[in-house]
Amino acid sequence: MASTALGRRGRTAPPSPVGGRRRANLRALLYLSPWLVGFAVFFLYPLGSTVYFSFQRYNMFTLEPVGLLNYRYFLQDEAAWTAIRNTLWLVVVMVPLRVLFGLGVAQLITKIKAGAGVFRTIFYLPSLVPLVAGTLGFVFLLNPATGPLQTILSAVGLDSPDWFGDPAWSKWGLTMLAMWSVGDLMVIFMAALLDVPKQLYEAASIDGAGAWQQFVSITLPVIRPVLMFAAVTGVIQTLQYFTQAEVVARAASGATDSAGSVFTPGYPDQSTLTFPQWLFQQGFRDFAMGYACVLALVLFVVSMLFTAVLLRQFRGFAEEEA
Amino acid sequence: MKRLLAISAAAGLTLLTACTAGTENAAPKIEKSGATHEPVTIEFWHGFSADNELKAFEDTLAGFKQKYPWITVKPTKAVQDTQILSSVRGGSPPDVALSFTTDSVAQFCKAGIFQDLNPYLKASGIDAAALFPKVIAEYTQYDGKRCVLPMLADTYGLYYNKKLMKGEQPPKTLSELADLTKKLTVRNADGTIKVAGFVPTSQMYENAPIHSGVMVGAKWTNPDGTSAIGSDPQWKKLMTWQKDLTDWFGYDKLEKFRKGFGDEWSAENPFNQGKVAMAIDGEWRNAMLAADAPDVDYGTAPMPVADDQPQRYGAGFITGTIIGIPRGAKHPEAAWDLVRYLTTDTGALVGLANAIRNVPSTLPALQSPDLKKDANFQTFLDIFANPNSTTQPAHINAVFNQQTLQEAQIKWESGRAPDLDALLGQVDKTINDKLKLTAG
Repeated sequence: MASTALGRRGRTAPPSPVGGRRRANLRALLYLSPWLVGFAVFFLYPLGSTVYFSFQRYNMFTLEPVGLLNYRYFLQDEAAWTAIRNTLWLVVVMVPLRVLFGLGVAQLITKIKAGAGVFRTIFYLPSLVPLVAGTLGFVFLLNPATGPLQTILSAVGLDSPDWFGDPAWSKWGLTMLAMWSVGDLMVIFMAALLDVPKQLYEAASIDGAGAWQQFVSITLPVIRPVLMFAAVTGVIQTLQYFTQAEVVARAASGATDSAGSVFTPGYPDQSTLTFPQWLFQQGFRDFAMGYACVLALVLFVVSMLFTAVLLRQFRGFAEEEA
Repeated sequence: MKRLLAISAAAGLTLLTACTAGTENAAPKIEKSGATHEPVTIEFWHGFSADNELKAFEDTLAGFKQKYPWITVKPTKAVQDTQILSSVRGGSPPDVALSFTTDSVAQFCKAGIFQDLNPYLKASGIDAAALFPKVIAEYTQYDGKRCVLPMLADTYGLYYNKKLMKGEQPPKTLSELADLTKKLTVRNADGTIKVAGFVPTSQMYENAPIHSGVMVGAKWTNPDGTSAIGSDPQWKKLMTWQKDLTDWFGYDKLEKFRKGFGDEWSAENPFNQGKVAMAIDGEWRNAMLAADAPDVDYGTAPMPVADDQPQRYGAGFITGTIIGIPRGAKHPEAAWDLVRYLTTDTGALVGLANAIRNVPSTLPALQSPDLKKDANFQTFLDIFANPNSTTQPAHINAVFNQQTLQEAQIKWESGRAPDLDALLGQVDKTINDKLKLTAG
């Protein structure tokens, strides 16, 4: 049928501009169809499901419409707001410290003349350690009773804080862990620093600029896009911070998965409870998947906001470059 | 483009609705003995993983094969509840599944994740009330549905190291426990703890409120499922006692001491190593002590009780391993044969109980002359039979409720929350709000 119609049109008259545009659109859609299918199956469908479930009491087997109940519960769920505060703390404290530390290490390593390869490897290696193994190692290192740090401090008469057992210290412990595995950022910063034209430093040096002035006036402006990339991707990763906090809470509390042993997420006192952790507990432990979907939507919206900031910043850089 | 997106979204939602409906199995057909049977292979998922447990389990399944030669059981070890849930959701569950925890029984029954076994029991002519101790019904059924059956039970009591007790008898009341703890505790020259008489904090391995609450007869919930924690004065009594004794040690010192312990399930357990004189633990510790620390001279006793409740001495906390037939099981009749064998056959239960030193979960098995009963194990059999022993009844938010109280206990014993009444009031509110969310 279609070929007949096309054939007739081909013999009688040239294709109209509208028909040609439609065909071109269809062809484009055809080429895009694998992506469209993927987009629909792996993004649109889950997103639609999440919105749908957020209005249901859903225990992963049965559905019961509950209107805005899950949303109202979110507003009064103190643990969820504690998790938001903790996650924001990590965003505000951990991300900048990690970026600064990564930049500092990269700056130092690019200056080293002898053995640079060895130092690069040493600083990069921790970022290759699996998250669970690295986190368990840190809990062991900082154990206030048997950890090597405490052994060293004891030798000089000092006492180590209970890093992952005291709510005042636990997030700082996680921050130290994040800084230890800064190798991924260090590599990016090193590439950016080595890309800064040397003649700029030479000219500045001739003009009498000191090291700090050179860093502020040359290095920072040139590597600004990389810094922004590190900061915003760091923020998005931190919004999804899960594994390290979960492992720290389990290992430090001593909770096992055995019967009668209750795991208290965010141990101690929910001080390491992050938003994705609470979401996971609600959905997969408490069978409150409808409420977990509300939390997922909140996380989605916040992540989208940060992504929008990222895109806006990059557009700004691109215009400046142009 | 917009139309395409709308169609895919609509299709997605339709699929979603279809997927969540699930399938319920038809009523069981229980065949009479002597009938001819087609050979059948059934999948059995369980959580056992230790070598001695696996050996005992293999022996038990060999006994099943002798009795039901047409059924071949294909076991899968070390399975967690989450894997069972995923398989049911995915429509390919095992025929029989076993769980070590009773925390999810209410969800299992309410959502129909496991099939109601009442029709199977009826068809097989089994009177559950006459076969199982009464307390077991509380953790194997919910809202009229008995979706799992017990396969062995666990009870909790007090272990004491005879050498460290220095001739003292095990305490019967909380006051005696506190006095003895102070008497038996040994400190190093720098004030740190060398040996603790007893570690009173809720964070100590088996001191979780679900176990320790039995010492004062504390209630978790009211009949309507709301929290009874704030209104039951027994919780306040227990937590005040724990805090007083914790303060005597010094919370920081006690935490530092606790964090030097090895893994609970390893030979590094502090009781095995003589670091604590008394500890709350389950009956399985008998087998672990025999394997990991045969030289430790120890005794067992019921947990101490509140000073004003001497009549409750002898009671303890009871829980157990549960087993059932997941929704969508391909061979429910053969699956029931296995479940029935593992939960009601006296020989099978006694054999397993003797091998892994758990408490058998039927009355005939408890009275079996073949059950090994040394003095230390007998304590737990007595606790199991004690009418004041309790369990945590199946609750839709069982884990969340425990987590909420445990968090409050940690805040209280550490001194980070000084107002106990306000703290327990907050526990009630948190539990009740969650109940409205999940149960309506």
